Amino acid sequence: MIRRVPIGILSLALLAGLAWAVLSLPATPTGLTAESLVKLPESGVTNPVTAVLLNYRGYDTLLEVGVLLLAIVGVWSLRRGEWPAVDLRDRPLLMSLLRVLLPVLVLAAGYLLWIGAFAPGGAFQAGALLGGALVLVLLAGLARRVLQRDRLLRFGLALGVLVFAGVCAVTKLLTGGMLQYPAGSGGKWILLIESAALISIGLTLGLLYLGGRPALKQEDSSERSPHAHD
Amino acid sequence: MIEADHRIFLLAGAVLFAIGFHSLVVQSHLLRRIMALNVMGSGVFLVFIALGSQAPGPVPDPVPQAMVLTGIVVSVCATGLALALADRVQAATGKVELEDDAQTHRNATDATKESRG
Amino acid sequence: MISSWSIALLILGPLAAAALAFTFPKQGRWMALASAMVTVGAVVALGREVLVGGVQTHHVGGWSAPLGIDLRADGLAVLMLGITALVSSAVTLYSPPYFLAEHDAEALHRGRYFWPLFLFLWTALNGLFLTADIFNLYVTLELLGFAAVALVALAGKREALTAAMRYLFVSLSASLFYLLGVALVYGQCATVDLPSLAAKAQPGPTLWVALALMTGGLLAKAALFPLHFWLPPAHANAPAPVSALLSALVVKGAFYILLRLWFEAFPALMTPAVAQVFGALGAGAILWGSVNALFQKRLKLLVAYSTVAQLGYLFLLFPLAAAREGGFLAWSGGLIFLGAHACAKTAMFLTAGNILHAAGHDRIKDLDGITHVLPISAFAFGLAGVSLVGLPPSGGFAGKWLLLSASLAQGQWWWVAVMLVGSLLAAAYIMRVLSHAFTNVSEPRRPHPIPPVMEWTALALAVLAVGLGLAASWPAELLHIGAPAALGGPGL
Repeated sequence: MIRRVPIGILSLALLAGLAWAVLSLPATPTGLTAESLVKLPESGVTNPVTAVLLNYRGYDTLLEVGVLLLAIVGVWSLRRGEWPAVDLRDRPLLMSLLRVLLPVLVLAAGYLLWIGAFAPGGAFQAGALLGGALVLVLLAGLARRVLQRDRLLRFGLALGVLVFAGVCAVTKLLTGGMLQYPAGSGGKWILLIESAALISIGLTLGLLYLGGRPALKQEDSSERSPHAHD
Repeated sequence: MIEADHRIFLLAGAVLFAIGFHSLVVQSHLLRRIMALNVMGSGVFLVFIALGSQAPGPVPDPVPQAMVLTGIVVSVCATGLALALADRVQAATGKVELEDDAQTHRNATDATKESRG
Repeated sequence: MISSWSIALLILGPLAAAALAFTFPKQGRWMALASAMVTVGAVVALGREVLVGGVQTHHVGGWSAPLGIDLRADGLAVLMLGITALVSSAVTLYSPPYFLAEHDAEALHRGRYFWPLFLFLWTALNGLFLTADIFNLYVTLELLGFAAVALVALAGKREALTAAMRYLFVSLSASLFYLLGVALVYGQCATVDLPSLAAKAQPGPTLWVALALMTGGLLAKAALFPLHFWLPPAHANAPAPVSALLSALVVKGAFYILLRLWFEAFPALMTPAVAQVFGALGAGAILWGSVNALFQKRLKLLVAYSTVAQLGYLFLLFPLAAAREGGFLAWSGGLIFLGAHACAKTAMFLTAGNILHAAGHDRIKDLDGITHVLPISAFAFGLAGVSLVGLPPSGGFAGKWLLLSASLAQGQWWWVAVMLVGSLLAAAYIMRVLSHAFTNVSEPRRPHPIPPVMEWTALALAVLAVGLGLAASWPAELLHIGAPAALGGPGL
């Protein structure tokens, strides 16, 4: 390949530039640690990262929950997912492992959501666990009937955005500023947003694993996507 | 000059980014290019985390940490979307690499001719 | 200060509509229509607020920068929001018959997913134009890129899928370049708030590299020559309303961020050499894009290459607005040009969609007599062409005129030459299409019927592109509000 040499030189130049840049960073970085900690008592949570995510820079997180929904919309528009062809009824050991693992994962997700206000944790970490649990469910071929309820899935996926946008509108009404929580009630609003986001994040991550729109049981043939890989 | 141990992480981030970029351009397999994007992303996140960890005070700067969390979520979504699209491309072209435009056009014209003939 | 609802609605309206359009897939077009009405109302209200009360700021969460994120509406932001609202509203009207014109399963499938993706695109654009935070800009860029790629892939053909995949690689890697730049800026300046960066930014290795990374990523997203390679296949193979959105709006999002970065956040780094490099790339885009447009066989590819060329004019704004004399002249000229191009290009792609629907192809040499079957569309294409070439009194003319005046006043005559050659080439490629379209044929073919709304929306935007030239003083007045201090002396 003739292209390889110039690309190699380009990448090395990029590396040199980056190294130069990071080594020239100020010796005593200022950052926003002090500001974040000073305002922490007003934020409604005591974990500074959660305070940044859902209070100081909550607007970023609103759009981020939007990105999650957009990803699933994009994936669904592209193709139809295939159910993993597994029957676990003849794998009793795996089945009993799941019986223990799934409740523990859900419980741990709930714990992480709650603890996020005080310590490392929060909706995204909890959502990742829930997504993992959903992948196990999919792999085991469980709960297909629920996962074939199109409207329910769509609602669950959109819930995070809808609640978050709703909180933006309500706080705008109450205080005049989007996501400006009424004094002292920040913790409750954050928990509300995080709970809704948790469901959507878990569903999104789990369903991304399917790589497409779950096939419905009695799909109207007129709605069948021609892109499907049946 | 900043402390040596932070510089290691910053430089490692830079190296990851450059490796990822190089692979993205050089590799042709779609899966490898998607992985290359993830390596680039990891480099960026490492730089962010290193920046946050060197802040003076009792705790690391939470702002870059929150930004990394946002970045990770975006990168997961990007990977999901890219994988689904790559699968469609493979299904449509029968290849795991991108055809150049002229080739795509040629193949498409051939396909139409075949279907007509 | 309690800010009004307009800024909040510009974000929450399309976002909620996108989520609802996904939840209720059959109601997508009505969600888009509702979002269009809310957004247009909010832009008009915000425009009035800005004209009366100056720059409007909304501190999200009640925290002001640097800890929180500020949404900020100045004249430039309002202009971009207005252009977005216009083009998106036209697409909202145009798309239902477009996706339903063929009553097959595939069209239905496309139509259903088009709406939430389109509404996410709209949310991303509004967010991008309003935010004053460079990290938040990254999130809006990703929203924009995901939506754009998925919309291109909606066409479903192998060319479209290949183009979408390449677009996704470019878009994602470009976002990472931008994000790494943001990280370095934060490490250096301890803030990601755009307006406060100007005071904190000390030129040095970190900021130079950071700005180079961000600029490189954004130039790829804006498809500036020589990073334009992904644009023609993506824009030409997407469904027509999507092509319109991409060419008219999406590439301009990245251009807008570049303006904010170089003129507002880091004016100290805007040296004459940097400005000339931007200009040179723009000149390259004008010549390369126009020549390529001239040799295309398909109408949509011709229009897409014309976008490559027209984007070049926008980048001439950099050397001209950075100069000491007449900077604002070039600034407003470039942005009026942007608005005219958005309207004209939307009209052209919508027209191309009509031709594809009616004739079943868009081969330029077989367009003979298309005026007989699609008179309104052909007229719209011609009008849009008038603005694209830059004939008076169109918006394209007004924009080019201001850019020309600025370059003559500053003695930068070489840009004048580029603009004149570019206009001649544009005239040539537009005439190539029109000469086929207006050829008389003895027996016109029987076309598929086209719903009138698809023709009239295209015409309305073409009329706007031309009319903008007559009303050019209005956007110029708006652009004065909150114009960057870095712009050399007053122009108008």
